[in-house]
Amino acid sequence: MTIRMQKEVKEMEDWSVGVMVKKQNTEHQTLNIKNMNHAFTLPNSGHNFDAKASKMGMWLFLYTELLLFGGLFLVYMVYRSMYPDEFLLASFNLDVWMGTLNTVILLTSSMTIAMSITALQKGNKKLSIQLMWITIAAALGFLIIKYFEWGAKFEHGLFPGMDHFGTLPTGERLYFYLYFFMTGLHGLHVIIGAIFIVFVIFGVKKGTVTPERYSLLENSGLYWHLVDLIWIYLFPLFYLIH
Amino acid sequence: MTSETLAHTSFFKAKSGIMSWLFTLDHKRIGIMYLYGIVAFFLVGATLGLLMRYELLNPGKDFIEPHTYNQIFTLHGVIMIFLFIIPSIPAVFGNFFLPLLLGTDDVAFPKLNLISFWLYVLGAFFALATLVFGDGPADTGWTFYAPYSVKTGTNVSMSVLAAFILGFSSILTGLNFIVTIHRLRTPGMGFNQMPLFVWSLYATSWIQLLATPVIGITLLMIIAERAFGIGLFDPSIGGDPILYQHMFWIYSHPAVYIMALPAMGIVSEILPTFSQRTIFGYKAIAYSSMAIAFIGYFVWGHHMFTSGMSGPAAYIFSILTFLVAIPTSIKVFNWVSTLYKGSIVIEVPLLFMLAFIFNFLIGGLTGLALGALAADVHLHDTYFVVGHFHYVMFGGTGFAFFGALHYWFPKIWGRMYNKTRAYIAFTILFIGFNMLYFPMLILGIQGMPRRYYDYLPEFTSLNQISTVGSWITVTGLVMMIVNLMVSANNGKRASNNPWNGITLEWQTKSPPPLHNFDEMPKIPERGPYDYPDAKRG
Repeated sequence: MTIRMQKEVKEMEDWSVGVMVKKQNTEHQTLNIKNMNHAFTLPNSGHNFDAKASKMGMWLFLYTELLLFGGLFLVYMVYRSMYPDEFLLASFNLDVWMGTLNTVILLTSSMTIAMSITALQKGNKKLSIQLMWITIAAALGFLIIKYFEWGAKFEHGLFPGMDHFGTLPTGERLYFYLYFFMTGLHGLHVIIGAIFIVFVIFGVKKGTVTPERYSLLENSGLYWHLVDLIWIYLFPLFYLIH
Repeated sequence: MTSETLAHTSFFKAKSGIMSWLFTLDHKRIGIMYLYGIVAFFLVGATLGLLMRYELLNPGKDFIEPHTYNQIFTLHGVIMIFLFIIPSIPAVFGNFFLPLLLGTDDVAFPKLNLISFWLYVLGAFFALATLVFGDGPADTGWTFYAPYSVKTGTNVSMSVLAAFILGFSSILTGLNFIVTIHRLRTPGMGFNQMPLFVWSLYATSWIQLLATPVIGITLLMIIAERAFGIGLFDPSIGGDPILYQHMFWIYSHPAVYIMALPAMGIVSEILPTFSQRTIFGYKAIAYSSMAIAFIGYFVWGHHMFTSGMSGPAAYIFSILTFLVAIPTSIKVFNWVSTLYKGSIVIEVPLLFMLAFIFNFLIGGLTGLALGALAADVHLHDTYFVVGHFHYVMFGGTGFAFFGALHYWFPKIWGRMYNKTRAYIAFTILFIGFNMLYFPMLILGIQGMPRRYYDYLPEFTSLNQISTVGSWITVTGLVMMIVNLMVSANNGKRASNNPWNGITLEWQTKSPPPLHNFDEMPKIPERGPYDYPDAKRG
């Protein structure tokens, strides 16, 4: 049996399990008690557990996230093409080594969350949870480094509205507007992703996320990869201008 | 059906108590809550419109200060667009009927659906809270054009935040619908067996999903500009206001199709039922929805012909705008062909659809005049534009919304409205509507600019006709809504399938039971509109 066939058989099993398992929805249970002769359930019920649907929903959500940042990348593109030299000058204010370190941290955390999914699929709950904690630690590490980076800019008066900032030429100011806006929004996504993973940890402990029903963990992983992916674009755009 | 069994099966009666509504996961109840919210906000928006029309009864100031007038038309726009017309058909009828049309018992993510609803409520709260907090509602127009939106002292941030939250609600609804359509169709129903309303919701959902984030980030940038003095769009600190206009219309033009496509789906649903024959050109209608959604992404520049853009860009945007007319007229031809040789039954929902085709034709053709480069220079920012988009939005989507309400009324409440009153209300509404907006088209050609509380004396008579039209329109609207509200409680009991419809929602009880279907729904053999007794050929 090929891997692909195995996967399809497994999906069919998931589907039929979802159909047979009594739905968790209390609303429906109440009705079943009230209306005893109601025995019919649609096979295509929206209350069934459907791993494919939740994965599809997550992918669609990721498109919207990409477009959210896409708007910012568009603004960046317009202003960088208008002020190429000033963007270059302004980029020298950033610390490439800190940025590189953060890139390494995020890439590694993407690996650990992927490993955590595999661990859970193979039934190793403990290892899966440990790997998720490592991912969260990486997220915190990323945010701490970001804190020091932003702090240094504040010290140099490079935040919009500060004294030194006001003396900069237009292009450099636009660079820093975008720098703070884009890395700030990305930082927010790091925090949201980390909270998402914490929820999944509790889910695994409580038994709502299991080796058979791991789509929540998979989705948190997908989200985490997105956070990683956006950083991979932000890093060269801000730190590595030549 | 006795009322006793009804009590056991209807989704209205399945559970009781206010909490069973506010935190329900049932798509039908969520749809009903959206309906009440949306109609309430529509009435608020209509009242604001009435105030504006009253101010314009005579040249000069009647009773509204210029600044207040600016705030009124902004709030009218924000409410009508973000709280009424964008969510109208998808959130109400999409929620209620998408699972029924697909033969399933709920959307794919019932909890997410509830979150969408609550985000809608939160957004509505912020939109209206501007009346109380800060220095009054925004006075920028619903477009929030920079740099004025960055500089004005009114509460733009809160209005913008409201629009952002409502956008989020719209995204999640779209996401939910796409997954529902992919995963929960009844066995045997392929994409080409889906009812056309489902197709139009599918196209709409993709636009909601792929266009709304762009406005989200743009509005966040406006908030950041106001809060931190970040100067992305304000030219005095380095930004480019034209870039804002691009970002805004990249979403807001596709948003026009979020408003129009579901209405076209409604027409494609109602016409076959009242012609008792299959729809003409099923695939053409279905795929033209997708074509409109696709081309709609690339025409945003036609809002900015007078803002300054290069010649080639302007030509391209203009040509692409004309391209949208092709799939749109494919639909209109197919609708008219559906009526041809059909066994037409004149009922109120059908009249609403015929009114839709009439109004939409005027709205669409005036849109072509605006999409033409030379004509647009003259017509830009005149009342012609106001007339044009009210013909499309109110005359099109608004009429489709009310038509759908009449069409599915017996299914939702299990009762029939008073038909005589519905005829009268429709007639008054249709006459009032055309009297209200047609003069605007002429005023615009004559050169009356939009968004002023005042006008030159030579425009007086047409403005007065329009204002009287607004009173007639509101009379019709109030009659219609009162008739429906009274009939929802006291109307005659309707059968499960009073219109002899053939799509799946008519196979279940009226009102539907909580689980929607007590037995497996049967899909028609040859496509969703395969009327057994229909004449073919």
